[in-house]
Amino acid sequence: MYKTMSPRLRRRENISGYMFLLPSLIFFLGFVVYPMIMCIWTSFTDANMDINTPTSFIGFANYKELWQDPVFLKGLRNTIIIVVVSVPVVCIFSLWVASAIYKMKEGPLSFFRIVFYLPVVTGSVAVTVVWKWMYNNYTGIFNYLLKNGGIIDKNINWLGDPKYALACIILILLTTSVGQPIVLYVSALSNVDHSLVEAAEVDGATNTQAFWRIKWPQIMPTTLYILIITTINSFQCFALIQLLTSGGPNYATETIMYYIYYTAFKLSRFGYGNAMGVILAIFIAILSAVQFRLAKEK
Amino acid sequence: MSKNNGSSLAYRIISIVILLVLAFLFLFPLYWIVTGSLKTQQAINSATPDWWPKEFTLRNYETLFSKRTAPLFQLGSLTGPTVPGAIRWLINTVFMAVMAMLLTCVTAAMAGYSLAKKRFTGRYLLFSLIVAAMALPKQVILIPLIREMSSLGLYDNIWAVILPTVGWPFGVFLMKQFSEGIPGEMLEAARIDGASELKTFTTVVYPMIKPGVGALAIFTFINSWNDYFLQLIMLTSSNKLTISLGIATMQAENSTDYGLIMAGASLAAIPIILVFLVFQKYFTKGITMGAVKG
Repeated sequence: MYKTMSPRLRRRENISGYMFLLPSLIFFLGFVVYPMIMCIWTSFTDANMDINTPTSFIGFANYKELWQDPVFLKGLRNTIIIVVVSVPVVCIFSLWVASAIYKMKEGPLSFFRIVFYLPVVTGSVAVTVVWKWMYNNYTGIFNYLLKNGGIIDKNINWLGDPKYALACIILILLTTSVGQPIVLYVSALSNVDHSLVEAAEVDGATNTQAFWRIKWPQIMPTTLYILIITTINSFQCFALIQLLTSGGPNYATETIMYYIYYTAFKLSRFGYGNAMGVILAIFIAILSAVQFRLAKEK
Repeated sequence: MSKNNGSSLAYRIISIVILLVLAFLFLFPLYWIVTGSLKTQQAINSATPDWWPKEFTLRNYETLFSKRTAPLFQLGSLTGPTVPGAIRWLINTVFMAVMAMLLTCVTAAMAGYSLAKKRFTGRYLLFSLIVAAMALPKQVILIPLIREMSSLGLYDNIWAVILPTVGWPFGVFLMKQFSEGIPGEMLEAARIDGASELKTFTTVVYPMIKPGVGALAIFTFINSWNDYFLQLIMLTSSNKLTISLGIATMQAENSTDYGLIMAGASLAAIPIILVFLVFQKYFTKGITMGAVKG
């Protein structure tokens, strides 16, 4: 179509195309692309948070230091645990909920969709402070319920005990992560070609067979998208850590994202923090590519 | 069909029971926030929880509103009447979310239309750049943004939170999806009629992408309201905080006064939940459209 246009029209398309794009492009280049470049560039320098201090280029020194930094390694380990636990759980849970509700009438369907989305809308601060109270050693309901149910005999300091703290964080993260995948799966499942499902049923296929052979391949793109957004979300787990444990006790809940914040704000090591940011971005890019590859193969 | 009717009915009943239990568990934290904010200090600190407040009190809200005060607004040398700090935080938050929403909708609607329908050189490159940026973790750019905002003189200013929100390319991506549906003939017809580019956009394009703009508006509003990390790193002075940030600060200062903190949490959560409930149809649409072909 472009080739058949007259030169005058082509020029008009070029000019108007960029005019419409310009306002958005300014924001995008200024507040997304520029900081990304800054992030990569300063990760090779010893920059600190104060813009007026001179900085010098130090090559890969920040990156080398990272692999000897026990806190970073602990954060990396915890971040990987969070991702490995939460991604499959979120996917399976939301697929199950979505397949149980997608055939319902509009009213109940909306009700369930809203309920599972509410923890996201409520906001990380409000959600976190109420969970902090529920986990509380003396006044929290978890200790009360478990003690009265005879499951534990002594109060557990959930967030203060390195054995439980990370699991407690993951539990909250899960409740705030399933909302969007459920909405996506409901929409994907209701778009599945139902004549195929019916044909399979006529041929005597069981529900399970119909699901894996017909529906599953058709919702694969949605699964892939959910895998990727959940991975990104779990990698970025920050508010929960900052508000509940500050990475403690004894770094049991330290995550990369929290350590980046800590390095930049508390230690004022801007370049070092950004080197971690680059590593985090590379990790996410690799994982997304792998997931994409796996989904394509199937 | 007939042979698995019995087991499928049993399965459906069991799954509905499980769903209802899950729904109860997901609603519980919210219930606990609201009822907790209305409980007496004594009930809050007791090791045996009151499942329903035995005695209702508004004392937590009184404490919340009397703890700090701030001017209602400051415009240059003009200073508004003194109000509770929490009210000022709420106003800051509404201002931030509304500005982020308006700017995002206008810029993204224009850019999405351009990327979907205009044949200009470099559009594939630009679109690839946008998609690539979206796959990266947003929070990685936050630390560099602090220094950028400091050099722009915007550190500790609500605009330091608004501008990066507008720059995030999800909106452009979403609006491009919606604009793909505009028939080329309609644009052609408008051009033949001699309509200017801007007129074509406002009279032909906009009415067609309106549902998309609605979805984007509500999506941006809620996300901006709840973007705690960005607010945390950009805003520091007490008068400039958002409601989430204010509650987080209070939590750090009075970490054991759960009644007070629940009152703050209610104030932060209830307005945004109401907005969500009113517009949830658009919201759902935005989430699903953003994922199609994503």
